[in-house]
Parts: sequence; C-alpha cells; structure tokens
Amino acid sequence: MHEVVALMAGNVWKIVVQVGDVVEEGQDVVILESMKMEIPIATEAGGVVKAIHVQEGDFVNEGDVLIEIE
Amino acid sequence: MFSKILIANRGEIALRIIRTCQKLGIQTVAIYSEADANSLHVKQADEAYIVGKARVNESYLNIEKIISIAKETKAEAIHPGYGLLSENATFARRCEEEGIVFIGPQPDVIAKMGSKIEARQTMAEAGVPIVPGISFPLADVDEAANVANSIGYPVMLKASAGGGGIGMQLVYDEEQLRKAFEGNQSRATSFFGDGAMYVEKYIDNPRHIEIQLLADAHGNCVYLWERECSIQRRHQKVVEEAPSPFLDEETRRKMGEAAVRAAKHIGYTNAGTIEFLVDEQKNFYFLEMNTRLQVEHPVTEEITGIDIVEQQLRIAAGEKLSFTQAEVKREGHAIEVRIYAEDPNTFFPSPGTITRLQLPEGEHIRHEIAVQSGSVVTPFYDPMIAKCIAKGSDRQAAIATMIEALHEYKIEGIKTNIPMLTAVLTHEAFQQGHTTTNFVNMYMNKKGGKTHA
Repeated sequence: MHEVVALMAGNVWKIVVQVGDVVEEGQDVVILESMKMEIPIATEAGGVVKAIHVQEGDFVNEGDVLIEIE
Repeated sequence: MFSKILIANRGEIALRIIRTCQKLGIQTVAIYSEADANSLHVKQADEAYIVGKARVNESYLNIEKIISIAKETKAEAIHPGYGLLSENATFARRCEEEGIVFIGPQPDVIAKMGSKIEARQTMAEAGVPIVPGISFPLADVDEAANVANSIGYPVMLKASAGGGGIGMQLVYDEEQLRKAFEGNQSRATSFFGDGAMYVEKYIDNPRHIEIQLLADAHGNCVYLWERECSIQRRHQKVVEEAPSPFLDEETRRKMGEAAVRAAKHIGYTNAGTIEFLVDEQKNFYFLEMNTRLQVEHPVTEEITGIDIVEQQLRIAAGEKLSFTQAEVKREGHAIEVRIYAEDPNTFFPSPGTITRLQLPEGEHIRHEIAVQSGSVVTPFYDPMIAKCIAKGSDRQAAIATMIEALHEYKIEGIKTNIPMLTAVLTHEAFQQGHTTTNFVNMYMNKKGGKTHA
C-alpha cells in the first residue's frame, strides 16, 4: 500500500483520479492550493487507487494522507 | 483632501497606506477577515471592521459588504491597494454609483487594460510598440496555428484574462501548440471566466522593465522613471530595482515618453504602471498596464523622493500634480526584495507561526512589513510577508547594503526565500547586471508549482 501525502498545508483544489483508477508512478493525482500557489501532488508508486481520503475544497495539513494506492 | 478613507486590503500594503494617511491627517478604516483579526493593519487603523471569513472571496472580495462598511463609516474614498479588488472595474463602478471616490483610474479604463487583447489594440493605436502577434481573440486552434506559422516559432500562447502565469505557455512548434491550446483555454476559463486566447512572438532572454506614471484629472501626466523587475520565479517578481542597470538614457526617455503617450491616449488618471519587455537590442514592447499601486513602488519612491501613495490620494481628491516632468529627480539606486513564506528550494508555501522575527536595521534600509514575532502566516493569502528596500549612492552600494541586511534577518518558525534572495544578490551575473527574466532558471536551476492569479 502506498500513501500519497500532502507536501504542504492548503486546500484540495482538484482530485484528478477516482477510486479504481489505475495510476502510474509520477502521475499527478491531487492538486493542492496554498498561498495562491497550485501544487500538483504526484504518486511515487503506480497501482490502483484504493481510497481517497479528501474532497475538493477540504483543508489539509502537511503530511495528511490524501490517497491510498494498492 | 479626504478626511477619512477605507482601505480595502490587508497586510503590508494596508499598513503602507495607513502611514501616508497618518502623515496627511486622514482617518483610516481597515477591513479584515476572520483569519486577520489580530493583524497589524487592524491595530494601526483608526477603525476596523470584520468583512467575512478567511477566504478572500468571502471577505476581501465581497464588494457589497465593503461598500456598506464604507458608507456606514462615512469614508469618502476607498484605496484598494494592490491585488484583490484593485483592478476590478465592477468595484470601481460600484464606488462611483455610491458616491465614494475610488482611488484609482476610471472603471472603463480599468476594464480596457484588464483585457490583454484590448490593451494590445489600444497601445498599438497610441503608437506604443507591441510584441508581434495577434490582437484579437483566436477562434480556434487552427487559427492559432496559422498565426504562429506566420510570425514564426517560438511563440507565447496567452489567455487574454490571464495573470500570474496561468493560461500562458511557451511553445516551440505546431504540435506543442495544438497540445497546449485546449488545456490553457480551459484553465483560463476556469480561473478567470474568460477563455479568450492569443499568441505573441516569444522574445528571447528579455528584461522586464516598467515605467511608473502619475496622471491627474487636469491633463498632466509624468513618468517617475523605470523599475527593472526581471528577477522572477514562477512569473512572480522577487527582486526589483531602480534605475535599470540595462537602460541607457535615450531608451529610458523613449520608454517614459511612450508610457505617457499611452496614458494620455486612454485618459488615464492616478498612479499606474506600463510594463514592457525589452530585448537584447533594447527594443521595447508593451506587455501590460497595471492600473494600480504596485508592490515595488518603494524603489521609485527611494530614488525620486516622491510618496506615490500621497500622490494617489491627492489626485483622487482632484488636486493637480505639483511638479512637472523636468522636476522629477533621480538620485542613487534602490533595490527591493520580496520575502516570501516559502521553501527557498522548491518554492512550496510555508504557512505557520513566526516564532522569532528580528529585522536588520540601518540608515539605508526600509521595511514594508505586516508581521511580527507570534504572527500566524495563514495559507489563505499571498506568501509575501515583507519587503526590504535598500538604497545606495550607486548600484554596487545598494547591493552591498541589501546583502548585509539579508544576513541580519532572523525569521524562525516558517521557511522563507531569504537564502534564495541572498544567492541572487551575491551571484556574479546579478552583480554585473545580467538580470534577464530567465535568471532564476538559468543560474539557479529552481523548480516549483504554478501560481494562482
């Protein structure tokens, strides 16, 4: 199981994948927004999206788990 | 002159405006969001009113709430600062309808310069050089490809309503153009509600040099020389200076005169800035007009001795400019750096609590800052937490003062870009004046995210 975590505090601006999607290593899965800056968060492992722990508009802290990939 | 104004902004610029108002004996009304309740601008203003929740669209962009506070407090005018509502024609129009003076140009002028396509057309009519390209919205990707082929690659694909790098992409061939067009158009539609696109010839290794203007309602317009703002990251300026180390006197004069011609052509009033791209042969091309006070205005103030905020207030109150072009002096050299709450390597934002803040001191150092020890830097607003301005008798002296100041800063609890700023200022290329817009990519190999407008 691979966890994709937030690299900074901010709002979830866009979730690019859905549960069940097959993703590749390095693919952007979530876009965070903080201080008027948009940060694409990529997965460091490929696999199937098992769970999405956030919704668009949510506020997250650095280190929060966003997505689980199996 | 006004007796009371409302400041529709926050942070350092709100404090900057309050300072000039105090000098002129003008009462100030601050507004603040829930996240800014303990901010310095709230404490420094004569009155302060909450305007909504933390997010800007629920507070600082709430036009009707701001207007109602202005009316309740009997503020005669509103200063919008920069960003937020400062270039919002609807807001300026609402102020006008309510009999409140908007401290800035007329709403129709704001609207005209807010559209990059319309601004290009207008500048061409005024005889100001524009970058070769197309001055009307492209119908589709095929038209974009035809235009790009006719002006030659590389080209910049740009959203008319874009800003901060959103909806803008450098493309080297037709395949890239076709790939980029739809994505940029949809992003521009999503961010700005307007997906109009155009293409421009790409200027290789350009400088970003802008002319500061002041224009009154009596037909007088002067330029306060130029600022060079080429050192940027993610299309946002980090170091600005005046005068430009690149311009010669003749180009400087030509740019100033072109800017004044443009301002008179559109009936501009108040403070404004015309931004130009300048190529290696010193040809200059209109980039955009900022119809507001700019972040980097202090460097101009330092070399001219003119308080630009004071001039804005005087012009908005109907006064005539009290000096002519020939009386605008230029003395010494000034450099400004923007201190951001961000990782200096990745440029990722770094919100948090400032546990310790110690500022450098010195006769030639000026601070524009709205945080102190204990301040919380939230993720809701721009990452800029302070500006430092250093002045010297010449460029080398100003650089030396700034480097010393950067070493003396002590900011703990959050990450800042001070190491990156120090690396720029101490770089041989910067010291020699090789300050092109590619500086950070060329010499510092930095990466980072994209910026929201």
